[in-house]
Order: sequence, then structure tokens, then C-alpha cells
Amino acid sequence: MLSDARERMLRRAARDILPGMTVNLGIGLPTQVLHHVDRTMAICLHSENGIAGVGPQLSPEEADRNLIDAGGAYVSPIAGTSYFDSAVSFAIVRSGRLDLTLLGAFEVAGNGDLANWIIPGRFSPGVGGAIELAQKARRVGVLTTHTDKKGNPKILERCTLPLTAAACVNRIYSDMAVCDVTPEGLRLTEIAEGTDLQDVIDATGTKLIVPDGAIPTF
Amino acid sequence: MVMPDKSADIGSAIARIHDGASVMLGGFGVPGTPFCLIEELVRQGAKDLTIIKNDANEMGMGVDWLLENGQVSKLVASHIGLNARAIAMMNDGALKVEFVAQGILAERIRIAGAGLLGFVTDIGMGTPLAEGKEQVSVNGVTGILEPALKADFALVHAETADTFGNLYYAAAARNFNPLMAMAAHCTIAEAEAIVDQGLIKPENVHTPGPFVDQLVALKQLPEVYGVVRR
Repeated sequence: MLSDARERMLRRAARDILPGMTVNLGIGLPTQVLHHVDRTMAICLHSENGIAGVGPQLSPEEADRNLIDAGGAYVSPIAGTSYFDSAVSFAIVRSGRLDLTLLGAFEVAGNGDLANWIIPGRFSPGVGGAIELAQKARRVGVLTTHTDKKGNPKILERCTLPLTAAACVNRIYSDMAVCDVTPEGLRLTEIAEGTDLQDVIDATGTKLIVPDGAIPTF
Repeated sequence: MVMPDKSADIGSAIARIHDGASVMLGGFGVPGTPFCLIEELVRQGAKDLTIIKNDANEMGMGVDWLLENGQVSKLVASHIGLNARAIAMMNDGALKVEFVAQGILAERIRIAGAGLLGFVTDIGMGTPLAEGKEQVSVNGVTGILEPALKADFALVHAETADTFGNLYYAAAARNFNPLMAMAAHCTIAEAEAIVDQGLIKPENVHTPGPFVDQLVALKQLPEVYGVVRR
């Protein structure tokens, strides 16, 4: 993925983080969304290892050895931060206190099924907290390239890999488009600037509902 | 009145851990991992252990010392992606790994510590993690019956302890430590500082002393507890 396409995707996902939200950002690409969130916005970032109110990342020189986020980055407390054990941390997740989580994907299906933790025989490091985040956050966004490195669609009719959670995804942010999972099917909501509609349709492995009229760009 | 003093030397505390024991290890990554207790367990060499820890640390740290020394037959964890040795041993069949969703792992341990047998959850329904597990219906909703997870020993790391074993954890070093401290037949805590009883405010106790059996003071912190530079 070209870096400007990635930045555009991250910037677009960041726009869906709204004041007042409690948010969990998955490890990797989703965490980078934070670079595009206004620092003055009142949000609560949750981290699985027991933090509500994750503050800015710190360099090793400034770091507190006891304060990492779930991705292992050294972070800081802010006014209002709390620490808790892992059972409480996932009580926050399972009881529906997360307004939004943004996650990565190996595959995502038009019905909202998500596969993002195991490629049998090739990659099985364990599920971590992904199942609970995907299944219980009030809103689940997925950040992914529209196709894999070989050009095959990652957005499919049905996932071929074991699921993280079924019918959990609300919105997909890719380098080419923003798509919403609706009862009618996967709907194209926005298209990346300069991207051809037919290219998006061709790169999508499931039927895409294309609205009439001009499609907003991002 | 005074409360019992649970101070012990590290050698005799860890000597209780026998071949074939199940051992919980606190920590999420570096913070909260009881490295000195693990190091002593490596030195004493109990074998055929079942290790229960959120992760497998990284190569050259903590759990990895036990793996490298051939002491672990089974690992129960939520994620081992940062330890290439653990992944390789799993793939070669040299290490049995049971993956548990992170919050379910925490709750199974918490439930054991609360003296309960299990709980019912819809987490993982429709995924491979539900396969082979007993399902029950509660108020018309079907979920998985998750059994409590207890262990023979829990090794935990605290920033501060008093001599009775009341524990206080620093920042994100709390993670699995207070849950595991409750869930084992014998809990051995290491602490960066051990203070007189009364010096931890009762309101600030994270793990109450009745859960702690043996208390080991860390005289100095080895480098492994420090900031990891990647």
C-alpha cells in the first residue's frame, strides 16, 4: 500500500472517533490512527493490559518501565487515567463500555464476519483479546488493504479462515474505499480520491451495493 | 495484635515447586513478570511444568528461560507472538500450547480464585475456540461453559509488599498478578520493597495478604525489569 493511501485511510478512520467515546485501537495499523486524532479531543483510550486513559507514547529515555500498552509501546498517564487488572479490563470490553474498536484483518466478509488471528499452518500466535473486542465493542471498524500483496480481495463473500467473530464488523476502511455492513449487504459509502469505481468493484470479493449518484470521496 | 510474617528466602520458596506442577506467572510482557522467581525456578530445575501466563515474554526473558531449559511441557496463554522459540517449539510438537482468549483467561483465573467452578459466556461462539466445549443455555441465550483455572503455584511480582503479604502493584504491572495470586494453592510473591505492616494504607492494598503464602524481597532489580529498547 502506498504511504499516502495508508495515511488517507488512517485519517478517514480517525474522523469516526468522536468526542466522549471510549475507544480501543488494535495493535499495528489501527494504533496509528491516533496520529490523526486531535489531541484536544475528549476521548478515553482503553488498553487490554489494564489502562483506561492511555496517554502519549514515550521514548525509552522517558519511559516508565511498568507502563506499556497492549502493543508493548511505552505510554504515559494523563489526568483521569486508571489502572486495573486484566479481569476488570475485559469486563469493560464484554459489558459494552467500548464505543468503538478499530482492528486489522486477514479477511472480512460482506456480512461482517472477521478473520484476523490465525492462518492455520502458517500463523498462529494466539488470539489475545481480539475475539472479545470484535464481539463486544459497540461499533467495530476494520482497517485493511482492499487486496492482499498478490492482488487478491481481502473483502469476501465468506471468510475462508477461522473467524475471530461472526457478523461483528460495522465499517471497513481500506486504501480504496469505506464500506458499511448493512442488512442488505456491503454498501460502498465513500471512495478514495482518484480511485475508479470499477477498480473498487473488481477488487472486492463480494457484491458491493453502489449507491445512486455521486459517491463521496475521502 | 500483629499479623503473621511471610518473609521467605527465594531458594526455599521455589523449592516447593515440584516436577509436574502447574505454575501461574503474572505479567503482561515485562511489567509484572516475576523474573527473579522464574530465574530461581530455572536454577532449581523442576521439570514437566504447566505454565499459565498471558504471553511467553520475548526471547531471552522470563518464560523463555524455562522453555530454553526444557522445563515446560504445556503452556496456557492468550498470545505468544513475541517469542519465536515458543512458536517454533509449538510447531515442532515440543510444547503443547492451549490458547485462551485474553479476557476469558483472566476470568477463568479470577473465578478459580473466587472459589467458583466456572462461568458461562457467549465469547467465542461460532469460532474454533468454542469447539469441543460444553454449551449451556442461560435465560434463553446459549453460551460456553468455561471452567475455573487454578494452579498449584502462582508466582507474582509486586512493587511493594508488607510482611503479611499485602501487595501493591505499579501501573500496568498489575495485569494478571492479583488474579493469579488468588487462584493458586500456594502463592509466592516477589516484591521490590517489603515494608512493615501498616505502611501500605489498607485502602491501597491490591492483593490482600490472606492470598499470599511466601514473600520474597528483591534486593536489587536485574536489568531484565528495565525498559526494553527495540
